[in-house]
Amino acid sequence: MNIALLLEMAADAAPDRIGLVCDGKRWTYGDLLSAARGAFELIQESGAEYVALLDESSEAAVIALFGAALAGVPYCPLNYRLPDADLAALLDRIAPALVVGDEERVERIAGEQGHTVYARELFTLKTQEVWPADDEREYDPGQGIAVQLFTSGTTAAPKAAILRHSNLLGYILGSVEFGAAEESDAALVSVPPYHIAGISALMSSIYANRKIVMLPSFSPEGWLDLVAQEQVSNAFVVPTMLSRIIEAIDKGHAADLGSLRAVAYGGGKMPLEIIHRALDLFPQASFTNAYGLTETSSTIALLGPEEHRAAHASDDPRVRARLSSVGVPLPTVEIEIRDEEGRVCGPNEPGEIYVRGDQVSGEYKEKSALTADGWFPTRDAGYLDEDGYLFLSGRADDVIVRGGENMSPGEIEDVLLTHPAISDVAAVGIPSVEWGEAVGVAVVTREGHQPPSEAELKDLVRGRLRSSRVPEKILFTSELPYNEMGKLLRRKVKEVLAE
Amino acid sequence: MKPGTRLKSAACDTEVMVIRSGDGTIECGGAPMGEAKPAEPAPLSPDFSAGTLMGKRYVDADGKYELLCVKPGKGSLSVDGVALVIKDAKPLPASD
Repeated sequence: MNIALLLEMAADAAPDRIGLVCDGKRWTYGDLLSAARGAFELIQESGAEYVALLDESSEAAVIALFGAALAGVPYCPLNYRLPDADLAALLDRIAPALVVGDEERVERIAGEQGHTVYARELFTLKTQEVWPADDEREYDPGQGIAVQLFTSGTTAAPKAAILRHSNLLGYILGSVEFGAAEESDAALVSVPPYHIAGISALMSSIYANRKIVMLPSFSPEGWLDLVAQEQVSNAFVVPTMLSRIIEAIDKGHAADLGSLRAVAYGGGKMPLEIIHRALDLFPQASFTNAYGLTETSSTIALLGPEEHRAAHASDDPRVRARLSSVGVPLPTVEIEIRDEEGRVCGPNEPGEIYVRGDQVSGEYKEKSALTADGWFPTRDAGYLDEDGYLFLSGRADDVIVRGGENMSPGEIEDVLLTHPAISDVAAVGIPSVEWGEAVGVAVVTREGHQPPSEAELKDLVRGRLRSSRVPEKILFTSELPYNEMGKLLRRKVKEVLAE
Repeated sequence: MKPGTRLKSAACDTEVMVIRSGDGTIECGGAPMGEAKPAEPAPLSPDFSAGTLMGKRYVDADGKYELLCVKPGKGSLSVDGVALVIKDAKPLPASD
């Protein structure tokens, strides 16, 4: 089973339908498939063992993804924001590769590694020109690796997560109905190409025959303009993107969101305030919260549109609370919560999230992380409520252990965020002679407010949670460190608080 | 039959990709399917002529067989003479 099947089927069923729009240029499914076949020829000719993308999103991402699949070599989009030394080390791990994108940079930092490099324009041009001498080609049967993604590597050297054709096809075939999109549907893809959501978006849109509208590099203004210009119906955003979009609307940027019917979000914790604002600002749009990981080929749990509106409108605290859940597992995956001894937890009992299913790879180039019976320990902490809704409480590694008692940073942060003068907060474990670890918090004061006193914040936590949760150290700061995908860099907060 | 194997109908244009399968004979239009098309097309059995639909998944009652239609045709699918049915999947909202 080869993921190229997704594009082949789209090109078979609707060769002349527009499949992708980028920088004003339109590509039909037929164009994209013939370019992917052209890419196959370039890859074969180069002898590359990987196809890498070092570029913003464009049609080249689709052509390289499926071209690599046809040629049977892994597609490995790289984070172009990495410093030179880190990027050179990653390029070395995939040498020799056919690299599409920043030619000058690859020559400069990895010129000796034996890569074949094409600038984006040359690559897309060549893939349209190159055509096999005869029509019959032996394409790869798809038994191997389709995509390799390097993890962000905040703890150690980046790990190479691998996704097999069978994982990705398991995900797409299990969750997307072929050709289900209307001809007027358009999905705005604004996540970077090296993020799993940026890859799965290409595959699911193509299989649904939903036109992809690419935003090469995210800006809230660019996003709003493109929605209006291309009459976008679907969009996926990470929380920071949504909050910046709302900020731009608040500042008066023209927003014609009439075509927008469905917004999906994921990739980090969505502040409740933002989602309630978005529900008010886009009353005609349905909202879906998706939870997934690179190692699971994207989404494994969903909170659907009806559940969003019901929770938003409800007075029942239990129903309302679901807005901060990530919904229920996809029908094609199993999810379990396990405690440290590996025992399966009951409802509302926190532990580590385990997942199993065809789409779950749980595999790194170095080794597989799967248990003997196929479960992937996500290292995400959370619990399932009595109705099966999944709630996340941070990374298992972020749990604060104070005198043998485990506490999740999220519960402390949620309480502090109820203070009107606080706009953002991070709770982390700080070294403590007495307890091993104690709670430290970094707090951002809301614009136009005076910072609250330390005593006031401690009282707030003491009033709502057990006294062990009361922070021992409070630091006021102008902002918290996030990466470009909106993930809080707790390690950095920890370093600052430990000083 | 290995997952990923492509089978062609002997009686019509239908092509399927095997997602999962057992040891039985996979048929279309009443005739066994194969990786290559026979030189002489098989007649289309009127009992198996409801047609296949592009992109639909076809399953048996036990969930042992699952075939993805990658090219539609006039025949319909069966295993050892027992008709397969379209897999009913609840549509999910787009999440990426």
